[in-house]
Amino acid sequence: MSNLEKYINAFVEGLEIDQELVKEGLEYQAIPQWDSVGHMGLIAALEDAFDIMMDTDDIIDFSSYEKGMEILSKNYDIEF
Amino acid sequence: MWDFRQYGDNTAIIADDATQLTYVDLIKVIEDMGNAVYGRCLVFCLCRNEAGAVAGYAAFIENKVVPVLLNAGMDRELLDNFLNIYRPSYLWVPSDMEDIFEGFGAVYCAYGYSLLKNQIEPDYELNPELCLLLTTSGSTGSPKLVRQSYKNVSSNARAIVEYLELSCDERPITTLPMNYTYGLSIINSHFMVGATLLVTENGLMQKGFWNFFKEQGATSFGGVPYTYEMLDKLRFYRMDLPSLRYITQAGGKLTPRLHEKFAEYAQDKGIKFFVMYGQCEATARMGYLPADKAVKKCGSMGIAIPGGHFMLIDDKGREINEPDITGELVYEGDNVTLGYAECTDDLIKGDERNGVLYTGDMARFDKDGYYYIVGRRKRFLKIYGNRVNLDEIDRMIKSHFDGIEAACSGVDDHLTIFLTNEKLAEEVKAYVVDKTGLNSVAFNTFILNEIPKNDSGKTLYRELEKYLELN
Repeated sequence: MSNLEKYINAFVEGLEIDQELVKEGLEYQAIPQWDSVGHMGLIAALEDAFDIMMDTDDIIDFSSYEKGMEILSKNYDIEF
Repeated sequence: MWDFRQYGDNTAIIADDATQLTYVDLIKVIEDMGNAVYGRCLVFCLCRNEAGAVAGYAAFIENKVVPVLLNAGMDRELLDNFLNIYRPSYLWVPSDMEDIFEGFGAVYCAYGYSLLKNQIEPDYELNPELCLLLTTSGSTGSPKLVRQSYKNVSSNARAIVEYLELSCDERPITTLPMNYTYGLSIINSHFMVGATLLVTENGLMQKGFWNFFKEQGATSFGGVPYTYEMLDKLRFYRMDLPSLRYITQAGGKLTPRLHEKFAEYAQDKGIKFFVMYGQCEATARMGYLPADKAVKKCGSMGIAIPGGHFMLIDDKGREINEPDITGELVYEGDNVTLGYAECTDDLIKGDERNGVLYTGDMARFDKDGYYYIVGRRKRFLKIYGNRVNLDEIDRMIKSHFDGIEAACSGVDDHLTIFLTNEKLAEEVKAYVVDKTGLNSVAFNTFILNEIPKNDSGKTLYRELEKYLELN
């Protein structure tokens, strides 16, 4: 599985949403599933998928689909 | 309720959009609201954690206008149901929602909120003791409201001020909706002492929340068990928050692991951690674990608040006087609410509980008199701090899906819907998620060949519980 596939899959599993919703433009609180509860599930799914431990600042900064990619590539050396 | 005059120039509210109100500003809103609203009547307050919502709420209470506090984001169909049942004289809504209510017209605005007057005059009366109304069970659509009196609200706020030792330099930050009893109790108690409320719609998982927290030097916040799960995930223990003085927890039982972790964290950092116990039916608070006992009495919800009293009743109705025996927890105090309302006729009713509340929680106390919640007598779960009545969910599913076989069970934060028709599973789950407004992660479905029932057709919930571990 490519990193992009893993990334998308983490959204699908963590937020319990359909894959077609996972795309650029998706933001925190833009859909009911991505609330604070969903966010915890999403972070857990990402940490599992990439075998990382995210920092507090990165968890609270993770506010959109794009922002998440930026954080993962910049701070965790994950290339997309 | 409150004596705002003595706090004059203290800041009462700071919102994260930079709106600020002193207590003098708040008095102005109270006066203007008094001129805008005619007589004692019912108003729906559609709340967000914003300055206008809090100021409006204070103005209603001080003008003896009775607010029903509802979440501004609540499902429209549920809101319409409430509107049809209670026919409020006014609505207090975020101004961006002003146009979506037919038959109401704006008569006053302040701090981004509008007062809308109902064209139809009310045809019911309000009991003179009635102070405010809150919803009880999550948001299952039940129009049931808890009737809280002026004495309930003021006595509970005073007790909270006393045991938390609050003063005017406190700056609590909102982490809970203000229409939720625990969130409201923080507002009520801090207004008692002329403190400064920091209000934000941002949550713990957002950078904006923590920036606001640090910029404004928040001194405390409250959280339900799920809030503490999130803080744990955020590795809160490593955050640098020098202004923080105390944190409180209520709205369900914290896992022993987290209770211990936060108690030890608080001890190390020199802040206070209060585990507490309450219900909307007791205004908000009934018990608290003194901060200096947080480590030693880990797992306990503590002792009764000042002015309150706990006792345990066995299944024959006798009081239990020995430690370590489980019975139903009964609370007595001035904060035990008047009762429920399910229609406008109930709003004239007086006190139906006479200061005694059977909590529905099973508890025991230890030899030092500290109470521990061990289970529940009634069928409900706490999901993200919201009380969710399982029988109500069952009824909701059955009335929406004609002829369906369904029954719910679960543990806190995880509700399982048992069904016999696999084809309906996704649709039923989506329906419950939609109607409760809670995150779908809290719900799952489990397919059985048949729902276990006894000879008279009553669902055997104990049998269902066996499947929960298989989930």
